[in-house]
Amino acid sequence: MNYIDGFRNQDAAARYRVTLAQLGQEWADQGGRACFMEVCGSHTMAIARFAIRDFLPPSVTLVSGPGCPVCVTDPGYIDAAIELAMQGKIIVTFGDMMRVPGSRSTLAKSRAAGGWIESCYSPVTALELARAHPDREIVFLAIGFETTMAPVLAMLDTARRAAIPNLTLLTAFKLVPPVLAALIADPELKIDGFLCPAHVSAVIGAHAYRPFADTHGVACVVAGFEPLDILHGVEGLLRQKIAGHATVDNQYSRVVRPEGNRIAQRLVDHYLMPADVSWRGLGVIPASGLVLRPEFARFDAESRHGLTVQPGRLNPHCLCGEVLKGKIRPVHCSLFGVACHPEHPLGPCMVSSEGSCGAEYRFASGGVTR
Amino acid sequence: MCLAVPMQLVAMGADETGTVELDGIQHTIGLMLIEEPKIGEYLLIHAGYAIERLDCAEAEARLALFRTLAAIHRQETGQEVLLVAAPLRPETRR
Repeated sequence: MNYIDGFRNQDAAARYRVTLAQLGQEWADQGGRACFMEVCGSHTMAIARFAIRDFLPPSVTLVSGPGCPVCVTDPGYIDAAIELAMQGKIIVTFGDMMRVPGSRSTLAKSRAAGGWIESCYSPVTALELARAHPDREIVFLAIGFETTMAPVLAMLDTARRAAIPNLTLLTAFKLVPPVLAALIADPELKIDGFLCPAHVSAVIGAHAYRPFADTHGVACVVAGFEPLDILHGVEGLLRQKIAGHATVDNQYSRVVRPEGNRIAQRLVDHYLMPADVSWRGLGVIPASGLVLRPEFARFDAESRHGLTVQPGRLNPHCLCGEVLKGKIRPVHCSLFGVACHPEHPLGPCMVSSEGSCGAEYRFASGGVTR
Repeated sequence: MCLAVPMQLVAMGADETGTVELDGIQHTIGLMLIEEPKIGEYLLIHAGYAIERLDCAEAEARLALFRTLAAIHRQETGQEVLLVAAPLRPETRR
């Protein structure tokens, strides 16, 4: 099955198929095989939706990495949020988190059992609830990559300046570059190139990936979200392999600056500091998360409410961890499409619309060609 | 999760906020992360804040993609996709 009909510019899509076939052959003639990883939920969705893998030559494999912040949130954070809700605190978080399994339950079930849990589009919701309910403690479950941290901290900055006393963050922030470094170091994986996430890059800047190219020889392309952008990105990665020179190719320079968004970076640096944090299915990765600095402890839900997030329990049959590392495709998990599907998700990759399993189930079930 | 939508800045508000417009619907967003935002320019909105500015052509291309995906989603599921949730009205309970 292929969705070439779904491209707005079918001629261009067909041209990419020819170009990629030629480059793939050239690379294969050099004796090469290449494994590229995309690390952005929107890329994951577009790749599944437009059957991008059907465009790839046999010498190229495209795997999905940990590009969805919902999917990599350790169940322990959900357990902690449920515990706080049971204590009568108002929990606010992004809607994608509601059905993600904790060790024993989900935020949605906790809400059905009487917990006050609000799903939001913007962290400003937490601030407005804190103002509207001065007698209640509001806890914002703050998940997200670099893109989302800046808005959450902008909200916190407003709360701090307005001396709002009843608002805290349960921080589960994750950084993209350290997890990419961990994946490069994994002996079971051999990643030749990264399709870098566009909006994360808008904040951290294209320069953030230079160490991967300069030190590890991993090709990097910052790509947009159009299916044609993704094909163009794969072409750029393949051309780097053939030329034998890894670099950071910013194909999304219309939005992503080399240095990123300095205001956002300064805000993050002001409030947060690096910490070793646990990723669902990947374990603890050094300095891969950010937590509030000690001087802002009064906004830290863990210290303010006397609780410590403990790594949660995973469903032993769920292979989301292997999926997140790109070691297996979703269909290789025995639960996929049988016990685990979007209506009854057992793992986070099936809950989130950006998760590899959810995207594959919706758009490409059974279509494993590589 | 990192979805960001281009919207045009149509008015400045108090406390580093602004009004942006998409498809005739206006939203209040935070401008704290943008250096010297100007009325009329397109901004990339994520989680209620502008995280970057972008030119008109890029904004139009991005919005066209979202509309294509939304139309596909409608055909396949019969459900509308909301790019931006309705403004919050905190419920009063308990």
